[in-house]
Amino acid sequence: MSLTRSAPPAVNPEPAHRRAPDAGPKSRNWLHRFDNKRVPYLLISPFFLLFAIFGLFPIVFNGVVALRNWRLDDPTLTGWAGLANFEKLIHDDAFWNALFNTFGIFILATVPQLLIALMVANLLNRKLRATSWWRVGVLLPYVTPVAASTLVFAVFFSRDNGMANWLLSLVGFGQDAPLDWRAQKWSAWLAIATMVNWKWIGYNALLYLSAMQSIPKDVYEAAAVDGAGPWRQLWRITVPMIQPVLVFTVVLSTIGGLQLFNEPMLFEENPAAASGGSNGQWQTIAQLIYKVGWKDLNLGYAAAMSWALFLIILIVAALNALATNRLGGGRR
Amino acid sequence: MTAVAPPAKPLKPRRRAEIGRAPQDTRGTWRTYIALVAVLALSAFPLYWMFVIATSTDEAVSQIPPSVVPGGEFVNNLREVFTLQQVYFAASLINSFIVAIVVTASTLFFCSLAGFAFAKLRFPGRDKLMVVVILTLTVPNQLGIVALYILMGKLGWNGTLLSVIAPFLVSAFGVFYMRQFIMHSVPDELVESARMDGALTMRVYWSIVLPAIRPALAVLGLLTFVATWNEFQWPLIQLNGTEFPTSMVALSDLASGNYVIYRRVLAGAFAATIPLLVLLVLGGRQIVRGIMEGAVKS
Repeated sequence: MSLTRSAPPAVNPEPAHRRAPDAGPKSRNWLHRFDNKRVPYLLISPFFLLFAIFGLFPIVFNGVVALRNWRLDDPTLTGWAGLANFEKLIHDDAFWNALFNTFGIFILATVPQLLIALMVANLLNRKLRATSWWRVGVLLPYVTPVAASTLVFAVFFSRDNGMANWLLSLVGFGQDAPLDWRAQKWSAWLAIATMVNWKWIGYNALLYLSAMQSIPKDVYEAAAVDGAGPWRQLWRITVPMIQPVLVFTVVLSTIGGLQLFNEPMLFEENPAAASGGSNGQWQTIAQLIYKVGWKDLNLGYAAAMSWALFLIILIVAALNALATNRLGGGRR
Repeated sequence: MTAVAPPAKPLKPRRRAEIGRAPQDTRGTWRTYIALVAVLALSAFPLYWMFVIATSTDEAVSQIPPSVVPGGEFVNNLREVFTLQQVYFAASLINSFIVAIVVTASTLFFCSLAGFAFAKLRFPGRDKLMVVVILTLTVPNQLGIVALYILMGKLGWNGTLLSVIAPFLVSAFGVFYMRQFIMHSVPDELVESARMDGALTMRVYWSIVLPAIRPALAVLGLLTFVATWNEFQWPLIQLNGTEFPTSMVALSDLASGNYVIYRRVLAGAFAATIPLLVLLVLGGRQIVRGIMEGAVKS
């Protein structure tokens, strides 16, 4: 009956209140029983209540909406649609285009992000002057609102008078015809991936750093026998040792990257359009869901699309976790 | 076995001292510092450039080569943003504060209560329920977004601040983080002896747990405030076109339309970033600690 997790056995297992000298009145007994039996559930109930209403219910209900006709502009059009929304999805070029874009940007944004984060973590994993100053510094992008930073990048990557083009012209590119970053898929992807990389490198570096600092020091001593230099040390010891965190960040980046919304949204010259470029060059799935649901006002179809996205995230996250596991295991 | 192996060719003494030492015990060389300065410069550059444009005139924004020093128009540009009729920018900043503060306060309260229960109280199903909490972390928020919108409509909350507050009042990560912290920082004996004296659960929470978890509250509070302030997609769906946008939605409004004035947009963007820069300066160490102890992307 002891209330705490690991009470010492010497303690009398009787509930405290029964041994209290003034535990006479029945009401007090009742109060303590209530406190023991019910209050713990009361304390955790806000989480489960709120999750049930705003987390679980929408997910289940989303399945229902996906199977129905549900339009915001025509409330009279209701009734079951069966799998019509999913069928539409399979033949929807916009969906496949958005899927392609999402993956393209995801790869351009995730691979460099995690590799550079590893390098930055390796730099931070030294005896440094003003240690915490550097760590706080790499978090600047993390705390900057993504809306604000994306708007800066939108100016940075503008065709006329953009700084990116100016820098390119310094090294001799595009002097006669400046690059229109928003015109082609590859350049738009690159611009958006740059924003994502910028935002998350520091954050991931700190995750890696914390894992690196918990590696036992004698592991490095043992490696000294082979005469491993710093570079080999990083790849042969550090990386395999922080493998769980690597898997964690890969899964996180997958979940986040495949839902990419803010950057493609505000990269647009007119964000209200939500079209991802004149021809959907960089429209991601999350952006398409927003457009279908709240611009085309077809909520049923948008719901079906979010299920498809969820499925894709699930598959890719599992594959990535597996691959990262293998990779780290092979190096050991 | 008696033969003595020929002595290995000795390495240079300094090098031998360096090899085999854990990286975190190795002093950073000047190369480390140069690389770190470069990383920091790249991290800060977009912010700096935001400020440059926010303080410039139209001509300075579009000149080639771009000007890299701040101009003197910040106050003017800010005034323009704040007096715009069609975008409620000042109100949007206040709204952002309201939303972020309410969400943060409620997250701290509910998560510390639940974390306390999971860490120090014993009740049937506790460990299974904790697993459920952790599992909810992995659900992509995109999944229920359409249905959540419909639900808000049924509740009559569409287009109100309530709709962007209610779903975030408590977080699975917060519960998990608080549980970990309380498990390690509040001694069982202390809780036990308070119970012996007849203290009720809430009394233990108030006078033993709360004082002990102040550092964790600071960390979770900062992370929650930053994440809530920066939230964009859900507020956009809910508040776009209403008179109660948050500042992120207002920014997207500023940047929409046929004729966008970037010095104005970025003056607004900078104004909406300042509160977070202040937090980073004041609580940067706590934020770093929170992330290094295993924070999760919002």
